[in-house]
Amino acid sequence: MKKIIRESTLKYTISFIGIIAMIFSTFALHAEEEKIGKEEGGFNAGEMIFEHVLDSHEWHIMTIGDHHVSIPLPVIIYDKEEGGLHIFSSSHLAHGHVYKGYKIALDGDYEGKIVKAAGGTNEEIIDLSITKTVFAIMFSAVLMLWMFISIANSYKKRKDKAPKGLQSFLEPLILFVRDDVAKPAIGSREYMRFMPYLLTIFFFIVINNLLGIIPIFPGGSNVNGNIGVTFVMAALTFIITSSVGTKDYWMHIINMPGVPWWLKFPIPLMPIVELVGVFTKPIVLMIRLFANILAGHIVILGFMAMIFIFANLFGAVAGYGVSVVSVAFSVFLSLLEILVAFIQAYVFTLLSALYFGMAMEKHH
Amino acid sequence: MSTLSILLEIGEGLAKMGAGVGAGLAAIGAGIGIGQIGGKAVEGIARQPEAVGDIRSNMIIAAALVEGVAFFGIVISLLALVL
Repeated sequence: MKKIIRESTLKYTISFIGIIAMIFSTFALHAEEEKIGKEEGGFNAGEMIFEHVLDSHEWHIMTIGDHHVSIPLPVIIYDKEEGGLHIFSSSHLAHGHVYKGYKIALDGDYEGKIVKAAGGTNEEIIDLSITKTVFAIMFSAVLMLWMFISIANSYKKRKDKAPKGLQSFLEPLILFVRDDVAKPAIGSREYMRFMPYLLTIFFFIVINNLLGIIPIFPGGSNVNGNIGVTFVMAALTFIITSSVGTKDYWMHIINMPGVPWWLKFPIPLMPIVELVGVFTKPIVLMIRLFANILAGHIVILGFMAMIFIFANLFGAVAGYGVSVVSVAFSVFLSLLEILVAFIQAYVFTLLSALYFGMAMEKHH
Repeated sequence: MSTLSILLEIGEGLAKMGAGVGAGLAAIGAGIGIGQIGGKAVEGIARQPEAVGDIRSNMIIAAALVEGVAFFGIVISLLALVL
């Protein structure tokens, strides 16, 4: 009987992997010690990147020298123990100050969140603050309301005339969602019921993605890269799919016709597989959008961080040299991000429409 | 330094190496998948140039779906790196 792997090859492979692991672990050891050095004044790339993609209670615009220019956002907390609602500006909590018994925890389990200064936990606080992501969502909601109410009015005023201005910019997109996404997926009789939801989702995702690429206020907030936001959108799709599901749809999940009985009766294998499928579809929708947008932001920020890393390691001249390459790559990646913004919105809307269509299918 | 802390450090190094290997494998999977899709799409266009629009939109949908799966792997790698 031939041996598949020679014994010596196996031994060498295992020892090779073991040695590589130990080499990497010594780097991890050094990293622990160097982290302290970085906090003292070096440049910490990981910290900068996560600062830009995570949520925060103030909107940081720029840092001139040692002076931070940022917009403090309102903090709204409801204290479950004392039963009081506190609303104040987050400038009171800047730099770790304690205000009315609350502070922003600088490290530990609750890093970045508002905790009670005495206890150090945030279990008793319901945090309803307007954070960076919430403010960006409100801003794009106001932008969308303005855009669509104004074109609705101009359609009413200019009935039967050619579209003009903002109408002619948005009309191809709206007709694209109707003719190429909703009608083929849902069918030409029922699609009108779902058009408001599909149009809202499509434009919400596109506008937030495009605003996320603009680096300065009011853009530059990572809305769709926040799993909470994409979770809500996927949950809405799931709720609508389940509520328009016909009897045939649920029959196909619980009691699929044409499948032998022993896959359903003592242990309901097929129903479990189908039920898992019902839940995985919205979860995959959520993760696809979240990971695409977050990865795009992290890569662009990483290229920008390279400039500062090189400047710290090899001096300012290396920083300038690398900045040419870095900026070129970042511009290219930003153009790619614009394409990804549209593609991700299209895929989310198309898949939602497909799920609605499949749920409403009548038995032939 | 005790054996236990050395073992813990090796574990941390292994986690980081695992995260890197995982992300690389996810990238290979996405590359192969989308490469196949693109190749077959271009072949289809070569056979029937009038169907460019249909083929292009189907290609983009399939590419986005395949990339979604690759991103599962990336997210797990990021979690392994940070946690």
